[in-house]
Amino acid sequence: MAKTYPSFSSPTIDQVGAEERAARFTKRSIKKAAKVQALKLALNMVDLTTLEGADTPGKVQQLCQKALHPHLGYPGLPTTAAVCVYPTMVRVAKNLVKGSGVKVAAVATAFPSGQAPQDVKIRDTKYAVSEGADEVDMVISRGKFLSGEYEYVYDEIAAIKEACGKARLKVILETGELGTLDNIRKASDIAILAGADFIKTSTGKISPAATMPVTLVMLEAIRDYYFKTGTMIGMKPAGGIRTAKQAVHYLVMVRETLGQDWLTNQWFRFGASSLANNLILQLIKQRDGVYGSMDYISKD
Amino acid sequence: MAKKNTSSPALNFATDWTYAPAPESTGHVEIKKQYNLFINGEFVKPSSKKYFDTINPATGEVLSKIAEANDKDVDKAVKAARKAYETVWSKMPAKERGKYVYRIARLIQERAREFSVIESLDGGKPIRESRDIDIPLAAAHFFYYAGWADKLPYAFPNAQVKPLGVAGQVIPWNFPLLMAAWKIAPALATGNTIVIKPAETTSLTALKLAELIQDAGLPPGVVNIVTGAGATGAAIVNHPDVDKIAFTGSTGVGKIIQRAVAGTDKKVTLELGGKAANIILEDAPIDQAVEGIINGIYFNQGHVCCAGSRLFVQESVAEEVIHKLKTRMETLIVGDPLDKNTDIGAINSQNQLKTIKEYIKIGKGEGAEFFQPSCALPKNGGFWCKPTLFTNTAQSHRIVQEEIFGPVLAVQTIRTVEEALTKANNTPYGLSAGVWTDKGSKIFRLTSKLKAGIIWANTFNKFDPTSPFGGYKESGFGREGGVAGLAAYLNVKG
Repeated sequence: MAKTYPSFSSPTIDQVGAEERAARFTKRSIKKAAKVQALKLALNMVDLTTLEGADTPGKVQQLCQKALHPHLGYPGLPTTAAVCVYPTMVRVAKNLVKGSGVKVAAVATAFPSGQAPQDVKIRDTKYAVSEGADEVDMVISRGKFLSGEYEYVYDEIAAIKEACGKARLKVILETGELGTLDNIRKASDIAILAGADFIKTSTGKISPAATMPVTLVMLEAIRDYYFKTGTMIGMKPAGGIRTAKQAVHYLVMVRETLGQDWLTNQWFRFGASSLANNLILQLIKQRDGVYGSMDYISKD
Repeated sequence: MAKKNTSSPALNFATDWTYAPAPESTGHVEIKKQYNLFINGEFVKPSSKKYFDTINPATGEVLSKIAEANDKDVDKAVKAARKAYETVWSKMPAKERGKYVYRIARLIQERAREFSVIESLDGGKPIRESRDIDIPLAAAHFFYYAGWADKLPYAFPNAQVKPLGVAGQVIPWNFPLLMAAWKIAPALATGNTIVIKPAETTSLTALKLAELIQDAGLPPGVVNIVTGAGATGAAIVNHPDVDKIAFTGSTGVGKIIQRAVAGTDKKVTLELGGKAANIILEDAPIDQAVEGIINGIYFNQGHVCCAGSRLFVQESVAEEVIHKLKTRMETLIVGDPLDKNTDIGAINSQNQLKTIKEYIKIGKGEGAEFFQPSCALPKNGGFWCKPTLFTNTAQSHRIVQEEIFGPVLAVQTIRTVEEALTKANNTPYGLSAGVWTDKGSKIFRLTSKLKAGIIWANTFNKFDPTSPFGGYKESGFGREGGVAGLAAYLNVKG
């Protein structure tokens, strides 16, 4: 693989303007049928996630059940898009979701810090893929990025992409550590040019995780790349999106920034652990007119 | 990665997921069948006995009938204002005066929802704007000037200040309540009494304000609100016992007013038309600039005197900016002003729609390239106009020279900062301008050389009570807002 660091320039970002634009999406009023449609769509875009040192096969098995059957009391609900686990849990998950359409995503490359030698990261990635991961969520080397070693970051992403083989690569920028929207835009451009299939905001281990202005800047990077090349890149905000209302705001933002073609779980995902149940709660409210008890909604 | 089979990729906004209608309810709003004139603290029938219809521009339906004030009514209002000035308002301790102004501010906040809905019903502007901008900003102006009422010596140190007396005020239809607030708040805080005339197509929120002023317990005659068209305005301007004329509206009418007051001792402030330059340089934050262009020209259907109606884009980024602008325009929602998702509402009146359509015809005739997004317009008795973009325009085009007061943007390219300056200043107007660049030094260079009263850097159409607003050249004189806005209603003896 001889991809060389390309010459490109990222546009500057005005933070105040980006925040204002992001806030505008939250003013859209999504009601009735449009809301139900959005809630189901969002549920179908969730990467149901467990990324704990304490994860066990038992815990992952339960998570997979939840992904396949989000809520028995609401027939016809879609599954989530994927389950997202550590590489060592991939095989357990893969066996459980086989044939369902639910993907298995593995975080790799010394998640969440990314502080490991590159060969270790490549081995980590290859291991996850060999265990059956459909998707790999890698972290960029933020330390290298912040010290200006953009070529290193680029080369590393390209190397991981190669190690992924057929698995789709999501590149986590860990935007909460990048400091400015200008940096986030630049990191997005580097990731896309280096071969990311998806760009993703956060590991969920750092605060702030996903925010709307950050996601907007990344969506705009995806849009600009599409304008230039006709190639679609996916987007995954992760961490901090806990309520159905937030999820709907994100969908509005995707719809009005990238259009209809991105409104599918092939191109947009939510990395979240508690969002699914809030979506279910709101779906029940829309159907029955009243909120149900959370005791009727499974907590896996 | 999916490769799209297209040579020039466009985004697909014809979506499967459309927003259901989300209309703001009107159930809580009370609009009377008929409104009289508000003179000396009460609603009185017009001596003309004439009433005119005010309609909802989104449907064409009649909302109410509004009294038409003639010379006699205006005289009555001025006499009431004079009496209130002499006997009560000029004698009241400034602190007490301030309390009344605060009370108006609080009552506007309390009734914000009703005011928002009526503003959108009567004027056609999207509820998002009346709810988030017009009404809160109107309240903010009253709060701001209420605070100054007893602190005038601090605003004008080492000087003695005195109110002017009776202020005659004539306001436009684009921001009905907000313009009333801009006029009434500083005049009251400085100790003047008022005769104000709202525009004939948008009298309702001013009349609601009259009710609110009654509820606030303001002494009778301090604020008088007379409704009517041009003749009523002329009666105020020409009344011999008015000390001050404050007018916001067209440059044409502004010139008539200036002629009318020549040789009298009336003080005048005029806030008139504009044809603002919005300048996008190559190092601008492009996506935020595109949003600023949208906000600059399509805010309030382009019925904004400081609208960024002339766009100057540096050639190296022109193609990208225009492509992104057109893409963004595809996502604008045009329709029912009361729908919370509406971005662009109804054109304020049939007349204005006619004017805008005429200019669109002129633009096409002048050879400019025309673009409108594919959005659908409501099919009813309302007045609608799609957001419109003209590219390949030149300073010699009428659509570049004249104020259209509608959602029509004329785009020109520029090569250098110098050229941008020359062209931006090449207009008889000078109300506002916008500059977009990542470089601070360019911002300072441009803002110091642009001949405009308000200049925004990396934003557009931002308003705040603390910030003075007013024009250069034929955009008028005098300032509203901030400390400068106090001076317009005071005799300052230094």
